[in-house]
Amino acid sequence: MSDWRMRPEAHRVVRVLRVVEEAEGVSTLYFSDPLCRKARPGQFVMVWVPGLEEVPMSLSTIGGESSITVKAVGPTSRRLTSLGEGEFMVIRGPFGRGFTLMGEKPFLVAGGTGAAPIKPLVEKMLSQGLRPTLILGARTRNMLLFLNRLRELLGFKLHIATDDGSLGFKGLASKYAERLLNEGEFDAVYACGPERMMAAIYRAAERHGLPIQVSLERYMKCALGLCGSCAIGPYRVCRDGPVFNSEMLREILDEFGHRHLDPSGRSTPLEE
Amino acid sequence: MMGMAEIRLAIEIAGLKLRNPVMNAAGILGLTADLLKRVYEEGAGAVVTKSIGLKPRMGHPNPTVAIVEGGLINAMGLPNPGVEYFLGELEKLRAGGIPVIASFFGETLDEFVEVASRLSEAGVYALELNCSCPNVEGVGILGSDPGAVKRVTEAVKECVDKPLFVKLSPNVSDVAEIARAAERGGADGLTAVNTLRAMALSIETRRPILSNVTGGLSGPALKPVALRCVWEIYEAVEIPIIGCGGITTWRDAVEYLLAGASALQVGTAIMTQGLKVFREINLGLRHYLEENGFREVSELVGLAHEA
Repeated sequence: MSDWRMRPEAHRVVRVLRVVEEAEGVSTLYFSDPLCRKARPGQFVMVWVPGLEEVPMSLSTIGGESSITVKAVGPTSRRLTSLGEGEFMVIRGPFGRGFTLMGEKPFLVAGGTGAAPIKPLVEKMLSQGLRPTLILGARTRNMLLFLNRLRELLGFKLHIATDDGSLGFKGLASKYAERLLNEGEFDAVYACGPERMMAAIYRAAERHGLPIQVSLERYMKCALGLCGSCAIGPYRVCRDGPVFNSEMLREILDEFGHRHLDPSGRSTPLEE
Repeated sequence: MMGMAEIRLAIEIAGLKLRNPVMNAAGILGLTADLLKRVYEEGAGAVVTKSIGLKPRMGHPNPTVAIVEGGLINAMGLPNPGVEYFLGELEKLRAGGIPVIASFFGETLDEFVEVASRLSEAGVYALELNCSCPNVEGVGILGSDPGAVKRVTEAVKECVDKPLFVKLSPNVSDVAEIARAAERGGADGLTAVNTLRAMALSIETRRPILSNVTGGLSGPALKPVALRCVWEIYEAVEIPIIGCGGITTWRDAVEYLLAGASALQVGTAIMTQGLKVFREINLGLRHYLEENGFREVSELVGLAHEA
């Protein structure tokens, strides 16, 4: 117990090393933390700025430097995107089960800020000699995250989908994904983005008999597997997830893509 | 020759027959039927719900937990979906034949009675009256007033016919006095204890970590305090005790039984041990009983008090 401060569950202060604006209202904050350095793609941290609510965030860079990529939507995320170099935030984690590599020909889909855990997954796959194909989707071209970095990493294996057609395929990333999956060149699927997008891709993967992993997001309190506020079926998103595989998803089909718990624990429809 | 098969982990407490003495503590994974089913499948002898109130509550904003040396401080603020909604979750558990102890609280005496009445009609095995939450104004104060504890226990017992456990607070100068008050009020058993009032500060941000500033300490750091409470309560009352506070291994479980607990609740240990903690504690208990020539858990209860 001597080193409890270095346990992942302990709150730790980290300084922002630099901030990169990825798109309007979306910033990546880089920091250095010995525990996050050893995280797996798909794991998340709880991020807190005193005075505001602590929130879960996927790690968007894993390595010598770590990062989170934040979209300004609520009070905490707005404050985080306005942090400058040298300012601090408080983190605990990394938490949860990350992605597990499967297959030889992986197919990935990232929608909106769902690109955050997908980028380090792509980097890990490449470092293991895999050649992933990725659909990067967003509402419009200037909301596409990590576009240059992913182009550099993936070349022609990077596909773009925008809802408004401003770049690449015009329409939902899930529609484009279904089309590419029909070509039958893949043996494993990964997705992160809006839950209805992930549910559509899950159904397509099941039709093709392909294993899939998706990363889910839920309101969380403890992030320690204790309080149950992030329950989905028999699972805790914070501890059993946030990455769910095909077998787990088959058990939670009445909730996945449809419902979530509000902070009081009442099941309510997902709004996206 | 006496083999493992003759060792019985099954217990009877306040009229409840349970397959083993280990349950989850209130507030741990008790928000949905699906999670409680899983706790039961992982080997718990009974499951305890989140404390349910009359109306839905969102609880306090995050941060609601802070880890400290040897434990965890939480200030959830009694988030719960309200009794009306929760009856649906209890129905699922009843359909699954799972022994449920429903934890509940009220902000007034009438609320305690109303919530308890509604829960007791939902097929639960027993009720656990939470008058000791340190994080919600009023609820914790109630638990330190012996007169109030007796009155609320009496009022609830008048209206419900289920076994009633009263969960006691360690944040009192004489826990035995509160235990006697609950017993006089008609409690069928006691759960000892809730979390210990505590706080955590960050020296870098120079702020308290919890949004509620103070919270309740659980985990190994609470164990010696809670064990002492169980010891004192056992000497003061005749009704059975469910021991709770930092139980992480079968050794902790045996200590609580020897101090006077008849059953056990586990919470924070799930963070470090995972849900397998229920099976691990039961397995260790079985070995301890066998190696020491006991046949039943009940033979250990209060044994350390014998002169």
